[in-house]
Amino acid sequence: MFWTFLTSTIKFSTLFLYGSVGETITEKSGHLNLGIPGIMCLGAIGGCYGVRSYIDSLGSLSQMSGFAVVLVGMICAFLFAALGGMIFSFFTVTLRCNQNITGLTITTFGVALNSLMLSKIDKTGFYEAGRLFSKGIVDANTTDGLVKVLFSQSALVYIAIAIAIITAIVIKRTRVGLNLRAVGENPATADAAGISVGKYRYLATLIGSGIAGFGGLFFIMDYLTGNIEYGIDTYGWLAVALVIFTIWKPNWAILGSIIFAALYRAPSYLNIGFTEREVIKMLPYIVTVLVLIITSIFGRKSVQPPAALGTTYFREER
Amino acid sequence: MTYKQYQIGGNSVEKTVAIELRGITKTFGDVVANKNVDLDVYEGEILSILGENGSGKTTLMNMIAGIYFPDAGHIYINGEEVVIKSPKDAFAHKIGMIHQHFKLVDTFSAADNIILGEKCPKFDLKEEKAKLVEAHRAENEAYENYDEAEHPGPLAYMAKPKFHPEKETKRKLALMPLVGIGRRIKFNWLAKKRADVVQDIANRFGFKIDLKKKIYDMSVSEKQTVEIIKVLYRGADILILDEPTAVLTPQEIDKLFDVLRNMKAAGKSIIIITHKLNEVMAISDRVAVLRKGEHIATVNTSETNEQELTEMMVGKKVSLNIDRAEPHDVKNRLVVSGLSAVDADGVKVLDDISFEARSGEILGIAGIAGSGQRQLLEAIAGLYKVKDGTITYFDPAKDDAPVDLRSKTPVQIRDLGVRLSFVPEDRLGMGLVGNMDLIDNMMLRSYRKGFMFLDRKSPKKLAETIVEELEVVTPSTHTAVRKLSGGNVQKVLVGREIAASPSVLMAAYPVRGLDINSSYTIYNLLNEQKEKGVAVIFVGEDLDVLIELCDRILVICAGKVTGVVDGRRAIKEQIGLLMTKTAGDVDENQMSIDDLHDTNNDEGGEAL
Amino acid sequence: MRSVTGKESKFDAFVDKLKKESPIHIAKRMDAPKWLPIVIRIAAVIVAFLVCAIVTVFFEPTAFGTFFTEMFRGTFGTERRVINLFWEAAILLLIALAVTPAFKMKFWNIGAEGQVLMGALMSATCIFYLGGKVSEGGLIVLCLLASVVGSAGWTLIPALFKAKWNTNETLFTLMLNYIATALISLVITVWVKSGSGVVGIMPYGHLPKLGGQDYVLNILIVAFVTVLVWVYLKFSKHGYELSVVGESINTAKYIGISVPKVIIRTMIFSGALCGVAGWLLVNGASYTISTTIAGGRGFTAILISWLAHFDPIIMAITSFLVAFMGRGAAQVSTIANIGGSFEDIATSIFFFIIIASEFFVNYKVKFSFSHSKKKVEGETTENTSEDDSSDAEMMSDTSQTTDSEAQTNEIFDESVPELQTCQSSEDRTCDVSTQNKEVTE
Repeated sequence: MFWTFLTSTIKFSTLFLYGSVGETITEKSGHLNLGIPGIMCLGAIGGCYGVRSYIDSLGSLSQMSGFAVVLVGMICAFLFAALGGMIFSFFTVTLRCNQNITGLTITTFGVALNSLMLSKIDKTGFYEAGRLFSKGIVDANTTDGLVKVLFSQSALVYIAIAIAIITAIVIKRTRVGLNLRAVGENPATADAAGISVGKYRYLATLIGSGIAGFGGLFFIMDYLTGNIEYGIDTYGWLAVALVIFTIWKPNWAILGSIIFAALYRAPSYLNIGFTEREVIKMLPYIVTVLVLIITSIFGRKSVQPPAALGTTYFREER
Repeated sequence: MTYKQYQIGGNSVEKTVAIELRGITKTFGDVVANKNVDLDVYEGEILSILGENGSGKTTLMNMIAGIYFPDAGHIYINGEEVVIKSPKDAFAHKIGMIHQHFKLVDTFSAADNIILGEKCPKFDLKEEKAKLVEAHRAENEAYENYDEAEHPGPLAYMAKPKFHPEKETKRKLALMPLVGIGRRIKFNWLAKKRADVVQDIANRFGFKIDLKKKIYDMSVSEKQTVEIIKVLYRGADILILDEPTAVLTPQEIDKLFDVLRNMKAAGKSIIIITHKLNEVMAISDRVAVLRKGEHIATVNTSETNEQELTEMMVGKKVSLNIDRAEPHDVKNRLVVSGLSAVDADGVKVLDDISFEARSGEILGIAGIAGSGQRQLLEAIAGLYKVKDGTITYFDPAKDDAPVDLRSKTPVQIRDLGVRLSFVPEDRLGMGLVGNMDLIDNMMLRSYRKGFMFLDRKSPKKLAETIVEELEVVTPSTHTAVRKLSGGNVQKVLVGREIAASPSVLMAAYPVRGLDINSSYTIYNLLNEQKEKGVAVIFVGEDLDVLIELCDRILVICAGKVTGVVDGRRAIKEQIGLLMTKTAGDVDENQMSIDDLHDTNNDEGGEAL
Repeated sequence: MRSVTGKESKFDAFVDKLKKESPIHIAKRMDAPKWLPIVIRIAAVIVAFLVCAIVTVFFEPTAFGTFFTEMFRGTFGTERRVINLFWEAAILLLIALAVTPAFKMKFWNIGAEGQVLMGALMSATCIFYLGGKVSEGGLIVLCLLASVVGSAGWTLIPALFKAKWNTNETLFTLMLNYIATALISLVITVWVKSGSGVVGIMPYGHLPKLGGQDYVLNILIVAFVTVLVWVYLKFSKHGYELSVVGESINTAKYIGISVPKVIIRTMIFSGALCGVAGWLLVNGASYTISTTIAGGRGFTAILISWLAHFDPIIMAITSFLVAFMGRGAAQVSTIANIGGSFEDIATSIFFFIIIASEFFVNYKVKFSFSHSKKKVEGETTENTSEDDSSDAEMMSDTSQTTDSEAQTNEIFDESVPELQTCQSSEDRTCDVSTQNKEVTE
């Protein structure tokens, strides 16, 4: 029972992990992208259409290769989501618009497009594709214990953790990461040091959005095994919350996302009433607010949001 | 490269010119910031650029650093004419400038700030391939010419050149792109010991600083050091420091000067912009004096003294013909005693300041910019936290009953019936709201009247009166003040403050940036107020104006009062010296230069 | 082989040139004629409708012709639809009005959704527990009071933390939205024991129907609030104080405004209006409570307030256009059988285009493909020029504009061979004309 809970929690946490790692990269550049729920939806759309065209290109469903379907799904999800990031950067960097309103519009757009496009898509073969997506190294039904937790997970789960770790290393230990952080903390200084603020913001937002897009793909194809009836937007906001909860550290997000997922999943495993369930569902947001408050009251500078978060930078308005 | 040789003074020492300015002119609109300036900077020297505020020192240096581009003139570096259009160009010519406002990322360590933005060395594939082929060819040649008999001994084989077959060369050539990528990755990786590399450079110049520390944990002087190391790290040979001592304590200044001397010893040229005479005498080899944008002279520090420099700096007295009436009915209106205050970093900005402002008089406050003038006025207005001392107002409406103003908010001060008007230095950032129109800006003072709702009628009338009487050039009273020119903005602000019929009127640099006509309008307004019996406090920077306008002049230096002089009998040089002295009074001015050198060296030795 | 290299280097030089002399120059509009922003915005609205029509065709090829007629039929087709349209516009406007004082103060409150939900929840709570026990009129008033107090209190939380510890209000209010949503789910589970999560229509506390029509009273209330907010912002001392705080904290301190006090007071006002919106949604429209009662209007309203530059009258027009777009697109999607969320897509396209148009209102874009080496531009300054000395500032009467001007030029111009000083806006125009001349050459 416990191992099943842990397994499914880690699986579910992947959704938040993708979203929050993507958003962390974006926020590190000073972009508060409130379009992340919409962008995750765009990722889901991209993934579904990718899988659809892959299935269509095959003669029969049995020819489907697990590797190919995941790869195609990921590429398409990345491209679609990055397109959302592109729109965001174009508006905020090139057109110098307000980040909040651009982000909110992207969310509205993405969520609406998601429910529209996915209601039109032909779902044949999605279940089979979903099975391939969620296939682990070992079968979850036959094993138990730590082996089940660690080895029955699907490819996208491992990829998420790998991306989180790589992102953490890149941000902390490379010059690219250093420059990125400088852009998010003090764009004027970065600019004076010869770093192109616009380029970094564009790229960070594109890559961050692409990664968040995997979250959408994961949710539809892997977590729901190809069932495309559900929306992602609520989870998208949790991903934004998770960024604050983990104080902008992608490696912590691995643990943070598991905590969030556990809170979300726990009610179905515990024998409690509806009310208590709702209380538990509220907890992630409440702890996030608490983290926000505590860091602002006692906050050392190292746990603050990037100083330039949400501000548009262009030279003449320093 | 041709180096020009120059003779300095009577000595036959020959020095190499690092940078040479010829006929540099720069104008902003109608105002000439620099006029036909010629200047040489030698290698391995410290040159002070001395001048009052507005003398064009910083503008001149900004042209070398690529922030401004001269309208006319030439810049030569190492004898060759160069064009410096941007800070990047300046860097390419190994010029680095340390500005007064630091450009540092707070949350980074000092070392990370220093290496920030460093570019990966270019990896030219073709060139590298050619290099490899050449290296192999040379070694093969050496192999063939190697004569074992010439190198006896059991370990000789170790020194024997190796033979590289063609196959190996080809393989290595094929792998060359990977080497490029590898180098890029290696460059990109931030090693844990990255701070050590930077630290080495810092140690070499004698900086005592821990570069692993985060910027937010650093004091101002440490931040400045980081800026200097940053410039050095990028290989600058010519360093320009813009008023580097303005933010430092005396001990920190000594440390800085030691560092500058070390850098000088290492052959760097250092230019420091300053208006503090004692520092000029202590640190520099030569002094270039600028006045009103013109280069007056460059002299060797050892051949001059403070008196002479002051004369060059302030120039001969210029008559301005400002009417100054004799004060009448003089009474103490505002008495400040023992006022002290500290800034956010805990540095003392006001130190035991005492003076009285009298009705019917203009009290001038002279001092170098940043000596505490702003804080003093803000403390009186209830905007700056006072640590010690008293501020007492004598209310003319209540038979000069004393009112304690210390640590009151502006609203409390007003509610006490104190009619205090304040024209702050920052007109659009503090005195007015740039995006609001004239009427709404008038309302800043009066909006509290009445219940709930705003009365725009009387502000409108006031705005119209001010526009008419002070000849403010504006399309209408509904124009945002941001769109007006500096002079007109100031007229609006001063007009509003005067309209409150104050009994104390404080004005900080009210004519800064104004043309002659607007300036005279302001002088006349202040004089009018004085004749009405208002106690006027005028913070100014042009000594000629202070001497002709004010009845008494309070001179402050580094937050301390260094003297009060009578405006009618004051001599420019005397005030100039008071402004630049950290302590003591006029009589001590004749302290010899040797003494100064000695004290500085001694203190420097102790501090480090 | 050689010729290839030659070509390459030529190409490189070309690329370098392109990089150096970007053909697109962006500069802030200094003195645009008054009609220009209006024309740009009207054009943007027209473009937005056209784009939506084209998108419709993408989904349903036959729909282009009917797009516009259906838009109007969906909004003005029947009396009912007209009232629905106005009600939708009214509720958007009300929430937009509610967030405006905060925005004007530069308090980035994006928690309107949650604040409206809290208002709605408080009102529903009153109805649930007091319905039938007190008189209808009394209940309605009680509901209003509860909504206002609840919502204002909810808004007060981030305001206090902002005023005291400068806690990031954007993230804080964002999170509060979801806490409010969860709170409603929670309360519903308490009220509805079955676990269905649906509170049926509550029979008490309905606002009276004026002229036998739904929403008429609601619309009147919103109209009243609009006037109220307009007066508050423009004629009251509070409105004046909050705009001073928004413009410059230093000026506010200089004239003795207590900034924390203004933040808290304004946020309470803002929250109270959100409470009214929640009350109208429960007592005047849906007569029930659910997590989707605000339906994302809290976010849409933020966009409306922002795009209207916090002007209540433009806000009313924008709200109407957004409501028109939404309702119209809903009708189009029903007729063309596109799908339920098409209206959201249409609205977001509308917003995208309006947001983009703001760029053209604020900046002018010059295209020059001149390859002439001698280009006359403003003086080069780097971003360090903020530090550039009191000297320069003192020297020049127009220094205020000098800096910004110089930097405006700098943004598109890093390496111009020849430079000239340019000072005031007049100089700028001459500079522009010089450049245009060169282009024609």
